[in-house]
Amino acid sequence: MSIELFMPALSPTMEKGTLAKWKVKEGDSVESGTIIAEIETDKATMEYESIDEGVVGKILVAEGSEDVAVGTLIAILLEDGEDKSALDKMTSATVTKAATIAPVKAEKKAISTPSSPAPSSAPLSAPPLTKSVAGGRVFSSPLARRLAEQKGVNVADIMGTGPKGRVVKSDVENFIPVTGKASTQTVVISAEGDAPYEEIKLSNMRKTIAKRLTESKQTVPHFYLGVDINLDNLLAARKELNNMSDDYKISVNDFIIRACALALKKVPAANVQFGGDVMRHYSRSDISMAVAIEGGLITPVIKGAEHKGLRQISEEAKALAKKAREGKLAPEEYQGGTFSISNLGMMGIKQFQAVINPPQAAILAVGSGEQRVIVKDGNMMVATVMSINLACDHRAIDGAVGAEFLSAIKTYLEYPSTMLL
Amino acid sequence: MTLQKFDIVVLGGGPGGYVAAIRAAQLGFKTAVIERENLGGICLNWGCIPTKALLRSAEVYHNMKHAADYGLVAKELGFDLDKVVSRSRGIAAQLSGGIAHLMKKNKITVIEGEGKLVKNNLLSVTKNGKKVADVEATDIILATGARARELPHLKADGNLIWTYRHALVPNVMPKKLLVIGSGAIGIEFASFYNELGADVTVVETLSRVLPVEDAEISAFALKSFKAQGLKVITSASVTKLDKKKDSVICTIEDNKGKTDTIEVDRVIVAIGITGNVESIGLEENGIKVDRGHIVADEWGHTGVKGVHAIGDLTGPPWLAHKASHEGVIVIEKIARDKGNKEIKDLHPIDKGNIPGCTYCRPQVASVGMTEQAARDKNIDIKVGRFPFMGNGKAIALGEAEGLVKTVFDAKTGELLGAHMVGAEVTEMIQGYTIARTLETTETELMHTVFPHPTLSEMMHESVLDAFGKVIHF
Repeated sequence: MSIELFMPALSPTMEKGTLAKWKVKEGDSVESGTIIAEIETDKATMEYESIDEGVVGKILVAEGSEDVAVGTLIAILLEDGEDKSALDKMTSATVTKAATIAPVKAEKKAISTPSSPAPSSAPLSAPPLTKSVAGGRVFSSPLARRLAEQKGVNVADIMGTGPKGRVVKSDVENFIPVTGKASTQTVVISAEGDAPYEEIKLSNMRKTIAKRLTESKQTVPHFYLGVDINLDNLLAARKELNNMSDDYKISVNDFIIRACALALKKVPAANVQFGGDVMRHYSRSDISMAVAIEGGLITPVIKGAEHKGLRQISEEAKALAKKAREGKLAPEEYQGGTFSISNLGMMGIKQFQAVINPPQAAILAVGSGEQRVIVKDGNMMVATVMSINLACDHRAIDGAVGAEFLSAIKTYLEYPSTMLL
Repeated sequence: MTLQKFDIVVLGGGPGGYVAAIRAAQLGFKTAVIERENLGGICLNWGCIPTKALLRSAEVYHNMKHAADYGLVAKELGFDLDKVVSRSRGIAAQLSGGIAHLMKKNKITVIEGEGKLVKNNLLSVTKNGKKVADVEATDIILATGARARELPHLKADGNLIWTYRHALVPNVMPKKLLVIGSGAIGIEFASFYNELGADVTVVETLSRVLPVEDAEISAFALKSFKAQGLKVITSASVTKLDKKKDSVICTIEDNKGKTDTIEVDRVIVAIGITGNVESIGLEENGIKVDRGHIVADEWGHTGVKGVHAIGDLTGPPWLAHKASHEGVIVIEKIARDKGNKEIKDLHPIDKGNIPGCTYCRPQVASVGMTEQAARDKNIDIKVGRFPFMGNGKAIALGEAEGLVKTVFDAKTGELLGAHMVGAEVTEMIQGYTIARTLETTETELMHTVFPHPTLSEMMHESVLDAFGKVIHF
């Protein structure tokens, strides 16, 4: 049976859009996940991924066509073994059918996707996970359907991570409806006397950031500890490592991730989470690293970083940051984490205090490494120094524990060979 | 001696290792398995399979003793322990031979000997203390399994004090037997020897038998064990084993410090198991070992490039089916990382969906959360129960003793757990396991047509009961 591809709705309010570009041509084979076209609305351009596999049999809407209604049949995929003759028979019939059902489909979508998102327990870092609906049946588990119903979201809007893209429980739990740009509604207001301003509707990521960080600052008793790190040994070690091979390039941040992971192992009292009437003690150092992305931030996690070498950490950190910026992180790549690092050093920030990412109990704020005059044995000398600040949840970590933990980080960073032990 | 090169080498030919090897070969990897003893590992040679053979003999013997209940006449009942044991050994040998055939069919090289990690892509293999091979591989899967845990004062000698290994090939039919530990292994042997007429006492340090099971199921099983004449002492530990010529005087101390002694012919130590982490080159290659098990991530990766670990070696639950499943996952992950596009929908194992089975009489089987575990998580739950007494097939079989219990999330209808005790429940638990894996809610389970007359109808009724719709009780 041939598969019909319809114009997708990229946002709850979208009724029509421009088929900006075809990424495939007739005769190309596509699989689930292949980008087949770019669809443009007045707000954004988005990639249209195929959720089926087959061979592009016929393209029905030409590249550059404007005002294509949501639900319009735009292409037909042939399944394995089907030949083109099957196509001729069905095209004329389906095109008309699609044209008549299109407005209904568009309306149905607009209604079934609420414009105000339901409250979500997804982490701060949850990226918008939406999928292009190419018409047809949405595969989902019964539990996922029920959870979606209870949450007030449409299961068809959720990207499935189960077998063959089936929407499963965790997908619904991690789903935050609507996406940044595509749904942004701008109202330009120019009241007399007031400075003119634009009112931009919050993206879901922004709402989550607002909610979680307000909760953090209001309910988590933060205290802060700061130390300066002499980076000379670390920079020398880094140079030596990086000169040895072109296969990798270790960054200072990679050293910091490893140092924190090892320090959490050394001071397990800092690898904890406050849980109301229990305290959770983690036996693994899962390091969340804050990555700035368009419209917000996300914290991909390097799991079990204490068991990983610098090279592996470096590779993972790079890959995760890249995926984060492309909005391609899988839920398991940004959920969890037992400790966070926020590094604004590369932006020239000398030092700062970070807000704890709940339910975690601590976060390290990393400033830039700069040449400073230090006093050693009564003499002034120049060294590269970096200021780091630890914010701790006092319910879970007391001052002495925080200090011990920060001092462990300092030792690892100042004497990087100790990370080999 | 030449260096042999492979894509993947699996250290250990148990249910984790040999399955990983077959999957690797299927995916086109040049694969080898290093095995020091018998293909099939503990499971097939000294665990799951031979114990099931013994327990089957016990079950048939039990039915013979109850022949009159079925209108049958059986006279001069008895058993020949040597033949019961040799049947069990024969079955293990037959299946181990079957694995050898599977290795051959999949063109997997089997190297006999003890393998040791030299570095992350090299193993050396010795046999009887002599080096027999150097084996190189891009990826190495450690699957050396586990063995019985021992404590200094509870050391097996193979004569008076046994582990499962000795209990499988008894040198004598004990008249009085002490079993230390009431987990699956301890209870299965207790059940077997009790059925054959031994006077069996089980000592458990925790407050109930089969401590990982749902408390209600464990209490149900205990009642049944006691009715069969099994003596069970909970919240107590064996503090001393004093070996005599052909008996052991055992000191048992309860949790208030009160001690008692009993004299038995033989003792079975079944106090858990510990990973075979020694002398395979772990620490020297930077592989972390924590409390007798390798530390690996959810994909079985040890953190050392190219070195993976699966099965009992990586920790609980110590189950053959968990090891096999992990073996497949670790191989498919390796293939996917190397760019194999055929591998889709790969996920780490969900430990909440691993069923557990104990083949004592009555059998016990479960999957997912116990009622208490769900309550501890503050989940609002609905609990369904259906007794074997209400099932026509159970009564027709003469097996009217048992219980099927289900635990649902009241809000979402998610089947959180299922717990069963009674005849053939080990064959039924997969139904609930599929339900959990597919994320069904109570609705689909209620809408499923269960065949009549079967024991499985109780699985339906238990779900109905959780929502106040039970029919036959």
